[in-house]
Amino acid sequence: MNGAPAAIETAGLTKRFGGLTAVDGIDLSIGEGEVFALLGPNGAGKTTFISMLCTLVKPSSGTARVAGHDIVSEGLAVRQNIGIVFQEPSVDDLLSGRENLYLHSMLYGVPHREIGGRIEKMLATVGLSERGDDRVRTYSGGMRRRLEIARGLIHEPRILFLDEPTLGLDPASRQAVWGYVREMRQRAGTTIILTTHYMEEADSLSERVAIIDRGRIVELGTPDELKRRVGGDVVLLKGDIGPEAFAGLDFVKEAVREDGSLRLTVADAPRHLKALIDLCPVIEEVQVRRVTLDDVFLKFTGRLMRDEEGGGDSIFQRIAVAKNTR
Amino acid sequence: MNALLADINAAYALFLREIKVYFREKERIISIMVSPLLFLFVVGRGLSGHSPVPGYNYQQFIFPGILCMVILFTSITYGLYIIWDKRLDFLKEVLVAPISRSTLFVGKALGGMVGGTMEAAILLLIGACIILPLGPAKIAGALVLAMLFSFLLVSIGLGIGARMNSMEGFGLVMSFLTWPMFFFGGALFDLTQAGRWLRLAAYLDPFTYCVDLMRWVLLGWSVLPAGMDLAAVLLSCAATAAWGIVSFGGLQQTR
Repeated sequence: MNGAPAAIETAGLTKRFGGLTAVDGIDLSIGEGEVFALLGPNGAGKTTFISMLCTLVKPSSGTARVAGHDIVSEGLAVRQNIGIVFQEPSVDDLLSGRENLYLHSMLYGVPHREIGGRIEKMLATVGLSERGDDRVRTYSGGMRRRLEIARGLIHEPRILFLDEPTLGLDPASRQAVWGYVREMRQRAGTTIILTTHYMEEADSLSERVAIIDRGRIVELGTPDELKRRVGGDVVLLKGDIGPEAFAGLDFVKEAVREDGSLRLTVADAPRHLKALIDLCPVIEEVQVRRVTLDDVFLKFTGRLMRDEEGGGDSIFQRIAVAKNTR
Repeated sequence: MNALLADINAAYALFLREIKVYFREKERIISIMVSPLLFLFVVGRGLSGHSPVPGYNYQQFIFPGILCMVILFTSITYGLYIIWDKRLDFLKEVLVAPISRSTLFVGKALGGMVGGTMEAAILLLIGACIILPLGPAKIAGALVLAMLFSFLLVSIGLGIGARMNSMEGFGLVMSFLTWPMFFFGGALFDLTQAGRWLRLAAYLDPFTYCVDLMRWVLLGWSVLPAGMDLAAVLLSCAATAAWGIVSFGGLQQTR
């Protein structure tokens, strides 16, 4: 960002698989210490993009620098600065959790006398201390993922890639993962790039969000900026009231009648809600919906973001005020 | 920590992983012994072929070759396993580690060497008990050779595996490379009695020199001078390792 050295810099980064263009000319700059989210549906090209940055996949064209090193000609130097938590668990089934962490630490050159302590600390952090000596084969999906995250963090990388870190996790584990990410960011100033198709994940964790669709970045900004670009929050008022009552209020962007109720687009609805309600002679019901990144995605791609498993938790916020009379 | 030490550490970690995994996959240790034992006892006893080595019967004559066969099959299979690793994502973790592809290759190759040598040790034990008398010196010599041959053959397997993307190729390699290498290698017959074309094929096959050298150690008999065999094996080792490292350089994750 402004003046800070870029942790990641890409120029026209492209990957084609046969006739399919998975990543289509991405130009992006991510600052040191930033938490950056790539948001998009499955198949949008998020994983391929990250795989190129991690030197796992060679780009078809374009260039990128990670921690100042070219991803094609300086692969080793890139790998010395990164950690990655894969979307598909890549922990070794045949080894125990502890052994996985031990071998990983050795591969990443963690000083020998620190390895033991770090392993215990990481296992405790992800709640696997008890099962550390069991083979990963016997772990549940959520446990594997937690082990994978412990492994990605144990060598304290400068830049951490998280590819759908909470996919398929139960809400408690998801909260825990978010906790580690925030902690890494605060304690070590780690640059974090995460891909997700959970809106609230991008919203609550990241400083900037890139919306990626069909291999391209369609929109980029802070979560608030993106929401502002959509307009504002939506307030639905039901009662004996017409749009003319709100003329002259600068925070009301739009007021339309919509089957029996009034639909207002309001900037920063929570702050102005009281003023709105005070203007109404009779109100039967009030609904306030904050703009979500779902709305942002819909606006910029023209499509809804659908999540195959579990529908994603929407951050639908609803306030109902029953029969509020003056 | 300097770079070399880091590399050694990393290679050791990879090697350690392979050993741990090897000893946990007991079914694999047993199953790979089946065809060599069939050859030893069905072909070796049943075929009652001619042994060119005075004082040894046909079964004893083919024993060094079958010993090499175990190493061949274990090593190539192990090397090709990397195709599977690529698909199962285990390899990704290693591919993003801050180690050079050559370190990765060396760690993998050393790990594979243990597998091949272990299988050879098991067969040597069986052989020493019921097929031919073997003293400690011969067993030690055979084990040293087993390590060397394993390295050579694992390198071939890893090199091919790194360049292949589908497991279907596995069968192709077994049919078009491993079995021909074994048959042309003279494990079952006397090269000096073979026809010209067969002999030509044999001399192009690095496995031939392995068999010949092993026979020299165990039976004191070889077609070529042992020094020449050893030189050929060492040269092949260097060539396949170099080729393997180059193949690893282009290693990418497959989808």
